[in-house]
Amino acid sequence: MKIAICVTENKGLDSPVDSRFGRTSGFLLCDTENEECVYLSNDQNLNAAQGAGIQAAQNVVHAGVQGVATGFCGPKAFQVLSAAGVQIFQDCKGSVREVLQSIREGKYTSSNVPNKTQGHW
Amino acid sequence: MKIAIASGKGGTGKTTVAANLALALERKGSVVLADCDVEEPNCNLFLQMEYSREEPGVLPSFSCDVSRCDGCGACARACRFNAIASLPDRPLFFLEMCHACGGCVLACPHQAIIESSRHNGVIRHASRGNLTFLSGLLDVGEAMATPLIRQMKKSIPPADMVLLDAPPGAACAMIEAVRDVDYVVLVSEPTPFGLHDLIIAMDAVEELKLPFGVVINWYGSGDDALEEYCLSRGVPIIAKIPYSRKIAEAYSRGELFYTLFPDLAEIVDHLGAYLRQGGWKA
Amino acid sequence: MKELLVISGKGGTGKTSITLSFAALAEKAIFADCDVDAADMALILKPQEQQREDFYSGSLAAIDPSLCMGCGKCYRLCRFDAIRAEEGEFSVDPLACEGCGVCYDNCPVKAITFEPRLCGDLYVSSTSRGTLVHARLGAGGENSGKLVSEVKQRTKALGEEQGCSLMITDGPPGIGCSVIASLTGADAVLIVTEPTVSGIHDMERVYELCKHFRIPAYVCVNKADLNVENAKKIRAFGEEKGVQWLGEIPYDPSVTKAMIQTMPVVSLEGSPAGEAILTIWEMLKNERTLFQ
Repeated sequence: MKIAICVTENKGLDSPVDSRFGRTSGFLLCDTENEECVYLSNDQNLNAAQGAGIQAAQNVVHAGVQGVATGFCGPKAFQVLSAAGVQIFQDCKGSVREVLQSIREGKYTSSNVPNKTQGHW
Repeated sequence: MKIAIASGKGGTGKTTVAANLALALERKGSVVLADCDVEEPNCNLFLQMEYSREEPGVLPSFSCDVSRCDGCGACARACRFNAIASLPDRPLFFLEMCHACGGCVLACPHQAIIESSRHNGVIRHASRGNLTFLSGLLDVGEAMATPLIRQMKKSIPPADMVLLDAPPGAACAMIEAVRDVDYVVLVSEPTPFGLHDLIIAMDAVEELKLPFGVVINWYGSGDDALEEYCLSRGVPIIAKIPYSRKIAEAYSRGELFYTLFPDLAEIVDHLGAYLRQGGWKA
Repeated sequence: MKELLVISGKGGTGKTSITLSFAALAEKAIFADCDVDAADMALILKPQEQQREDFYSGSLAAIDPSLCMGCGKCYRLCRFDAIRAEEGEFSVDPLACEGCGVCYDNCPVKAITFEPRLCGDLYVSSTSRGTLVHARLGAGGENSGKLVSEVKQRTKALGEEQGCSLMITDGPPGIGCSVIASLTGADAVLIVTEPTVSGIHDMERVYELCKHFRIPAYVCVNKADLNVENAKKIRAFGEEKGVQWLGEIPYDPSVTKAMIQTMPVVSLEGSPAGEAILTIWEMLKNERTLFQ
């Protein structure tokens, strides 16, 4: 499965997971089986007047992923991802390597409800 | 003559001045009072007029005719407010983020974006004799006051004197209420917070290139710094309403001092005359 | 770290004065002034500015007169009356421009620029009681909700870094975008109201907003002796709606005196309002919403 993991900086498989989704620094697009990764920056969202979560969700959907892993995902981003059939793994921590391992082992399950309070900005 | 009554700091007496002024001015000619503090409108708690009609507050609203959509995402790219997420087969609209600019309609190459409208509040109308009253009320949960204020202004009928009770502060809602009036009355209190916030409001009104004057409410309750500042900046002090417990208690009950205390009514009459005659043009 | 937000609905009820007293009483706390177009906390806390940042949000359109051919398309398309047309010359009114980009996207000769908009400043300052994050919204007052959000996010991040246990936020009046932004993520809200018809009316609306965001709310009445009946009504409202009653603060001229002396009210000797605020603070310290 191809999944987008929110990271605070790009260090390949050692990248630290970012707890934010909408305003994360960037995404590591990874294949859960062979661990190949490509970095996608989230820079364009930094100046967004509002709706960073919506924008980030849209970009990630267009990158063709089947899942997203992050710490906290807000309700609007959650809505976009769900509408596109993307699985959402919340409360993820540690490194990309650790998250991929946990997902393979079934330690993280995809969520049905967003775990972050509603924000507009 | 169109007059806005604004302030920097909330709670300095905008509504008090606006409502009492309306009573003074209705004796001299036709008056419209528009309560543009649509987040927390208070004028009618004091005027107690019966509303004759309610006008729905409407904002343009947008959706997609999916039969015409090819998922190109042009609408989402056009939206600077991230109110549209483009999915591979259709757009998803987040109307609470929408600023109703119409950019998505223009951007769509297939004319697939449909414009309709949605509710954001209500504008209530009342009148009695010379006084026409409008009050806007924003739905709780709506983020933006500005579109409702814009709609209210379009509903203001002509009159000798038009008074707009503006929202507090100096952000976009206040700017919208105040933008195209002839004169701005800034109401403040003689305290450090009052002075600090008044300066912010003065700078905003100056940026709009509008003439303005200051009403010092609760005069005598703080210190002289506010008055001295106005003098040093060359801003006219156009009325001083004295602090008194009896006024504060009347206010707490929803009573207007114009009808209760003749000495205060005189102050408001003078202010009314200054505004009617365009005293600042001299 | 937990966050206490202090709001009022109606302006002028004394929310900032009370927040400042809380700041003087709290241990290991950090402060956010989210009343960004009228930020008054700094007047009393005597902050030392450590950082100042430009706050950019959205964009602003401008017409290049040398490229403009006067077709008027932007004027017809702009829904915010932000395009001025004077004797065939078109220009953008920066105070009305919403930053939507419609004129920029649709100008047939690309005569319009659309640049990031400087909306104000954000400050991080140190005070004797802890760090204060505050802001100044620029002329035009655009994007105040976003600026409030930035102030809160910065305060949260710094507070976690410093190991603070409490964040105290001074909120703006009203129920619009700035208030909504200040509510996001708060653990408890204290509504400071006054016993007046306006105070009650505005409290009821701001309470609805707290309910909408499902944040536990508390209420206290300032200048309570101004109208005993109304103070009772507020208490009854709180009981009916499950808003916890924290008590009354009497009308006290020493509140203004303290402000003029640039001191928090609780620091003034023998002030009835100061004593009442202290009592309210002691009650809050027992609340699990804010303290473990």
